[in-house]
Amino acid sequence: MIERLAELVNGDESLVRRGRFLSLDFLIEVGERPFHVSVREGRIAAVDEGPRLMRSWRFAIRAGEAAWAAFWQPLPAPGYHDIFAMTKRGEATVEGDLQPLMANLRYIKEVIEAPRRLARSA
Amino acid sequence: MAALEPIVGRYLHLNLGGRDNRVYFEEAGEGIPLVCLHTAGADGRQFRHLMCDAEVTRAFRVIAFDLPWHGKSTPPAGWQGEEYRLTSAAYVEAIVEFCAALALERPVVMGCSMGGRIVLKLALEHADELRAVIGLEAAAHQQPWYDTDWLHRPDVDGGEVSAALVSGLVAPTAPDESRWETLWGYMQSGPGVFKGDLYFYRVDSDLRDALGGIDAGRCPVYLLTGEYDFSCTPEDSRETAARIPGATCSVMAGLGHFPMSEDPARFRGYILPVLSEIRRRG
Repeated sequence: MIERLAELVNGDESLVRRGRFLSLDFLIEVGERPFHVSVREGRIAAVDEGPRLMRSWRFAIRAGEAAWAAFWQPLPAPGYHDIFAMTKRGEATVEGDLQPLMANLRYIKEVIEAPRRLARSA
Repeated sequence: MAALEPIVGRYLHLNLGGRDNRVYFEEAGEGIPLVCLHTAGADGRQFRHLMCDAEVTRAFRVIAFDLPWHGKSTPPAGWQGEEYRLTSAAYVEAIVEFCAALALERPVVMGCSMGGRIVLKLALEHADELRAVIGLEAAAHQQPWYDTDWLHRPDVDGGEVSAALVSGLVAPTAPDESRWETLWGYMQSGPGVFKGDLYFYRVDSDLRDALGGIDAGRCPVYLLTGEYDFSCTPEDSRETAARIPGATCSVMAGLGHFPMSEDPARFRGYILPVLSEIRRRG
């Protein structure tokens, strides 16, 4: 799922345009597996599976494998349909410098929700 | 022939807290007054579909006003030096004064989210003046899920972040057009207004200990909550209803926190039976 994030985002012109003022690295953790996501002017420049020694990130979004699987369902169940629904129920955490996340919240939410499209087209 | 909707909008002046407020409202239909209260950081447009539903407007006069600071209701003079903060007392005053100004006789008051919270207080304090209250996405208290400081600061666009936050409260099944119209309302809210409403919602309106004082026999209480609402969860509403003798609570499948605007067609299936029952009770 997450391995294909770059093609999903970069192939979506309006999503890239929305993120055009954003360039940073953030972390998505799927269970024990860390993925470093590099955003450059709204495009996903790289998704590198870690651990990568001494690699920085601005913010991290973490959830268990089952929670992400539920989140990425084409029609997610209540409680798994939004990242903040998952943080509220204690199944996800959002940590780090949250200013760039909140300033680009629609963009970041649409990026992390992009894998739902894979399940839809499967 | 122009494609006119049946909705008519007007302004009226209300003296609230000793100050003049120019308040905008819309209405359609004839019959039992049904006063609709919008969510935090939004305005009365959320009820436009209900006002265009002939099944509703043949028996109800559907009225929605924009709270001061919201929609087309301007903030009172002097606002520029103030931090907007809605209180329980000011919210009740606005609703009561609005109903009095229009001389509404025993209206039904229906509110969503913070509007759903305040109708509980109305049922508690003004039972005999009301025909019934309907709380959409309503509970006596809210468990916070984000820090409201993010809603009003110079390095985050307030409209964009408000819409992006509440976007998750819309059910994934909602039609795109209605989802984005709902979010557009949030993008348009004045700076700090959503945050100021949440002062009421989170700090100044915990009704958990007061619910037992509501008599649903005198003023029927209907709660309806969308299954995808994680801000006011179905469980929150059930707990609230369980503490109000005679209150009813329904969970709405395939709906979230903005049922009347995010998916009007689906919401219809849940609200029409409630309105019919209210008519029957007289």
